[in-house]
Amino acid sequence: MSGHIFDKYLRREKLPHMWCPGCGNGIVTQALLRAIEAAGAAQDEVVIVSGVGCSSRANGYLDFCGIHTTHGRPIAFATGVKMASPRLKVIVITGDGDCASIGGNHFIHAARRNIDLTVVVYNNSNYGMTGGQYSPTTPLGSLSKTSPLGNIEPHFDVCSLAGAAGATYVARSSTYHVQALIRQLTAAVRHNGFAVVEAMCDCPTLYGRLNRQGDAAAMLLRWKEICLPREKARSASPEELEGKIVIGEFVNSAERPEYTASYDQLIQQAKAREARA
Amino acid sequence: MNTRYKILTGNEACALGALDAGMSFFAGYPITPATEIAELAAELLPRRGGKYMQMEDELASISAVIGASFAGAKAMTATSGPGFSLMQENLSYGMLAEIPCVVIDVMRQGPCQGVATLPAQGDLMQARWGTHGDHPVIALAPCSVAEAYFETIRAFNLAERFRTPVLVLSDAALAHMSEKVGLPEPGSLTIVNRKRPHSPKDKSFRPYADDGSGIAPLASFGDGYRWYVSGIIHDETGFPATASPEAISDKVKHLLGKIENNRAEIEAWEEYRAEDAELLILAIGLVARSAKAAIDQARLEGKKTGLFRPITLWPFPERRFAELADPCGKTLVCEMNEGQLAGLAAQLSHAKIIPLNQNNGRLITAETILQGIREAY
Ligand SMILES: Cc1ncc(C[n+]2csc(CCOP(=O)(O)OP(=O)(O)O)c2C)c(N)n1
Repeated sequence: MSGHIFDKYLRREKLPHMWCPGCGNGIVTQALLRAIEAAGAAQDEVVIVSGVGCSSRANGYLDFCGIHTTHGRPIAFATGVKMASPRLKVIVITGDGDCASIGGNHFIHAARRNIDLTVVVYNNSNYGMTGGQYSPTTPLGSLSKTSPLGNIEPHFDVCSLAGAAGATYVARSSTYHVQALIRQLTAAVRHNGFAVVEAMCDCPTLYGRLNRQGDAAAMLLRWKEICLPREKARSASPEELEGKIVIGEFVNSAERPEYTASYDQLIQQAKAREARA
Repeated sequence: MNTRYKILTGNEACALGALDAGMSFFAGYPITPATEIAELAAELLPRRGGKYMQMEDELASISAVIGASFAGAKAMTATSGPGFSLMQENLSYGMLAEIPCVVIDVMRQGPCQGVATLPAQGDLMQARWGTHGDHPVIALAPCSVAEAYFETIRAFNLAERFRTPVLVLSDAALAHMSEKVGLPEPGSLTIVNRKRPHSPKDKSFRPYADDGSGIAPLASFGDGYRWYVSGIIHDETGFPATASPEAISDKVKHLLGKIENNRAEIEAWEEYRAEDAELLILAIGLVARSAKAAIDQARLEGKKTGLFRPITLWPFPERRFAELADPCGKTLVCEMNEGQLAGLAAQLSHAKIIPLNQNNGRLITAETILQGIREAY
């Protein structure tokens, strides 16, 4: 089965990939491919739009229509693709910096519109491509190339941000919790509305090394320790939640109208009014 | 031909020209003095099944416009100086990925917020060099409401023909003034649509392969061709080709060459009483209209003066300009900025360049230019 989907969805001639040994990006990417298969999306109806960063380079290994855009803008590009051709399944691959820093404005506004895009945030807690500087998701106190004494900026919770802005599917998982990640990504791809899946992801070369989190295997196991399922987190005390990352589905709602569907109604209205005039 | 006459503003003419050229997607962010283009698009596009979208900023506007074009839409945005600055990075994405679209920059006095409601010609060099790296630019500069309509259509046609973003430079005065425009029957217009591929829809498809014409056909997402493009320098497959010095320089040469080698098709200009002139005036947009009135008056005074008005500002019609300017010996360059074209004119011809700059939010009048002619002659 897995051989089959990788033959189907990977551009094997583009391998080996450019990621460092132990990088979590491959785990997230294979989970996404399994999700696309499970969701039953037709290969030529899928468009992958990525920004700039290590994670965004995943796009080039995938055998779909794709655009590797500019840093921070993939959601805005994807919005244009979706508006021009709403039947396409448009999936955004983005990093934590790409999505929550330079692209933060597009992220919240696309969520507000509830436009049908699936956004996969590869959160490796730092700017990987530029060599390990702090990002808006770097935890307080963490070391990075630009916070050598420890990061003094509080981090964004990408899922809370997405939910507050209006995303109608929001979930988080990690590279350790792969089955959950696949389930969430499948739900996100199937979802008709703005869907965000944040995948906590390892950068052993930079973030992990600077913060002495051990090798790739140790970093993977670390997710097992610090991730707390949402159900358990509900009854946990503030002390128990200290330093933990809550995983699970946070939002899954069909209540708000999807943007391109609303737009189609608007077009019908405008045409009807024109016909009457 | 059944021409309909209408009184329109420059902004209305841009919006109607875009619609008649086949625009089906507009993404924008409000800014004086360009806003009415967006408002008209919001009103008229949905009636025709098209879409107007108000984005969160100009970075998003240009990105969504390029995204829509990837999926086959003829797409446009309109802005003014500050927003045009925000679009620069992604304009070069459109140039490198060779994705057609149109950007209207309604110039207002700058820098910064400048004077939002008053006209200027301060973005001529931003239009040419605003984005990074060496890149191809087509920019059109209408001088009347009618021309705003026709040049917007030409902008779409050139964008589709050459697979590149095309800029239209209007200004705050042209945007808001009203003039009579003869609108041709929509069916009678020449409308260019991007060339579509006919090759097999399989692994052999190379989205950036030259078909012999110098411009690769463009597939739309969802029409069965599976293709990918990166904003990194790429080869004919659309994938990065950064390891090869030849591939890098070939790509840039291709982008610049498709404009440079097709100047005859892209360049447009107007000459007015220039054939026997002893003093040439170089001006674009509304300033050129003041220049014409000044030229008529100067000729009554026996001063043989003529006008060269680039309609295609970029690529600048260099050869014809030099042909006219060199024998005159003197060129008066009239512009509503501090001398953006004067420097270029000095590079392009042996003529003595006399700059006439006015950068105070007011149009340069015929009297001012006449005075300039008297002093320069
Ligand atoms: C406009 C712009 N600013 C800065 C950069 C440099 N840059 C490239 S990738 C990157 C950060 C990537 O971090 P993230 O989005 O978290 O992705 P990762 O590499 O960690 O996967 C930056 C700052 C750029 N390419 N463009």
